[in-house]
Amino acid sequence: MSELLIEIKDLECRIDDQKILQGLNLKINKGEVHAIMGPNGSGKSTLSSVLAGNDNYEVTNGSINFLGEEISEMSPEERSWKGMFLAFQYPVEIPGVSNINFLRTALNERNKFYGIDSIPAKEFLKMVAEKSELVGLNNKLKNRSVNEGFSGGEKKRNEIFQMAMLDPKLSILDETDSGLDIDALKIVANGVNKLKSSENATVVITHYQRLLDYIVPDFVHVLHEGKIIKTGDKSLALELEKKGYDWLKTDSNI
Amino acid sequence: MSYTEKELKEELDNKSYEFGFVSDIESEKAPIGLNEDIVRLISSKKNEPQWMLDYRLESFRVWKEMSEPNWAHVKYTKPDFQNISYYSAPKKKKELQSLDEVDPELLRTMEKLGISIEEQKKLSGVAVDFVMDSVSVATSFKEKLGELGIIFCSFSEAVQNHPDLVKKYMGSVVPHTDNYYSALNSAVFSDGSFCYIPKGVRCPMELSTYFRINESGTGQFERTLLIADESSYVSYLEGCTAPQRDENQLHAAVVELIALDKAEIKYSTVQNWYPGDAKGVGGVYNFVTKRGICGYRSKISWTQVETGSAVTWKYPSCILKGDYSIGEFYSVAVTNNFQQADTGTKMIHIGKNTKSTIISKGISAGKSQNSYRGLVKIGKGAKNSRNFSQCDSLLMTDQCGAHTFPYIECENPTATVEHEATTSKIGEEQLFYCMQRGISEEKAISLIVNGYAKEVLNKLPMEFAVEAQKLLEISLEGSVG
Repeated sequence: MSELLIEIKDLECRIDDQKILQGLNLKINKGEVHAIMGPNGSGKSTLSSVLAGNDNYEVTNGSINFLGEEISEMSPEERSWKGMFLAFQYPVEIPGVSNINFLRTALNERNKFYGIDSIPAKEFLKMVAEKSELVGLNNKLKNRSVNEGFSGGEKKRNEIFQMAMLDPKLSILDETDSGLDIDALKIVANGVNKLKSSENATVVITHYQRLLDYIVPDFVHVLHEGKIIKTGDKSLALELEKKGYDWLKTDSNI
Repeated sequence: MSYTEKELKEELDNKSYEFGFVSDIESEKAPIGLNEDIVRLISSKKNEPQWMLDYRLESFRVWKEMSEPNWAHVKYTKPDFQNISYYSAPKKKKELQSLDEVDPELLRTMEKLGISIEEQKKLSGVAVDFVMDSVSVATSFKEKLGELGIIFCSFSEAVQNHPDLVKKYMGSVVPHTDNYYSALNSAVFSDGSFCYIPKGVRCPMELSTYFRINESGTGQFERTLLIADESSYVSYLEGCTAPQRDENQLHAAVVELIALDKAEIKYSTVQNWYPGDAKGVGGVYNFVTKRGICGYRSKISWTQVETGSAVTWKYPSCILKGDYSIGEFYSVAVTNNFQQADTGTKMIHIGKNTKSTIISKGISAGKSQNSYRGLVKIGKGAKNSRNFSQCDSLLMTDQCGAHTFPYIECENPTATVEHEATTSKIGEEQLFYCMQRGISEEKAISLIVNGYAKEVLNKLPMEFAVEAQKLLEISLEGSVG
């Protein structure tokens, strides 16, 4: 019997005066991979931001239950501590802050929240070595400033490295495939697959079927005008690749 | 490194000014006000020779004729110079030979400041000349330094024991006629530090002095004179903390550095005077004149981390007189709430092939005003001189201000002068990125700011760098708006 990880009910949100999500429902169990697809402007990235707690978006209705707890009012950092991870579409640069220091701070902040001692340097470095190997992160990137001067592929790989380090319960990959060549895509997908377990779940937000050849989803959802209008299995992605979204849009209008 | 997350947490929990306590030590105070008699009183209290008194009196005469400068980008109520006591010394019972003889209350104060002389002695190899109010009460490592011929003592002692050096160099870089505050300081300076490194000697330890305003309403007029003789090297650290006060406190120090041929002086400051409360009440006025002069192939490097004071007016400068001499200025200035800072440097190129570097990082938060003001002057004879300046400003809110006033005067066509400047606002996206990774907003600000200031912080000696990082963090609490 699979265990419920997150349940989103009737979620509505807006930014400024614009309604983006308009009654979104989604249930994800542990051990599952969900793909969210949809045309531009359908609310895919908004969904990831809202789940991560970006306060530019105002949740006006509905609920987000994560591991048995309502989180729609929770701070982004607390959501992170509870196991929410967002791999950003455009990872930001933080000049002068080394990747290593950044992650050590992140882990220690979480430990602090759970009343656990700071992670000893030796243990931390061992973990860094293991995890960077897992996602094929170039050694020299670890000591560079966070994302500063990284290529597009390096940035995405760094996101997956951070994901490996933080070992989240729910990982949301926001268009992680954008800007990646096929080799980089394979490496990133490979990393994600290695991190998969029966205890966690992954949400893959993408425009293209291609990524789903490497990260195979259990469910594919189509998002349109802030709502999930269709759910299927992997074959739905292939169908979308062929037919586009228009046939679904007409459907949903009925 | 002694710095732990736990310590950090404790500090973050304590939101009020960390060192805002008042130590209860009896002190001897001069009557309020300033006139010739007060100048004479200070001089006689310190048992000074005639030449020193004459210098003070002459400075006082010059000061009376001057008026307070108002070109800086700061607004404040001018101090009432007749409402300040110009001398305050902890009552000394006898000469102190060891720490056991030091007033336990004073020891406690030092511990609160995190100095803990014993520990410093043992662990860090730092000789501490601790200035409590105006009189130095504890000096360590003197003997070890003495073996190398290094003189490191209070200014008053130097006047008594090394009058020739003091007479020769005092006022040679910052003349008493230089400006309003240097004139005032020259008239009424209470004490300070004196340091002499003999020819060819490399000072084996970082020299440090802790200044602290302690007596309510006592102006602090420190005087530092540092002479590095030919081919010598010294690294000097200066750190400041001050207890919480409602009334404004005036601090007008003078620092003079002399780097003779092929000598090198590294002078680092962490300045944390009480900045006033969140409403802009109280806080120290910090009007400082700092300047060094370089001989042939010598080098002076100023590094400062400025987080305190209600009003700061400070331009550590280098006169590059000797050919091939080098001047450097690395600065991080943080202003929060209603703080105002007008700070920068002057690089005066006189000798040939002289080189200067200016890296200034301003961080403004709250409703504060942060200005960089710098002069790069290339004299007629300064052939092939080079300057590189970089002035960056980081804004934390919509209500603060960052200003840059660079002045360049170039009289020699072979010189190269470069100036770069950037202004940025701390990014919401950066903050959200950090928070998504589980780093709280306050901690994220500190990370981002420390990253921004890293180029300068890296120039500080290790123990200071850690302290400076903590200071930046504390200074910017709750500052993003």
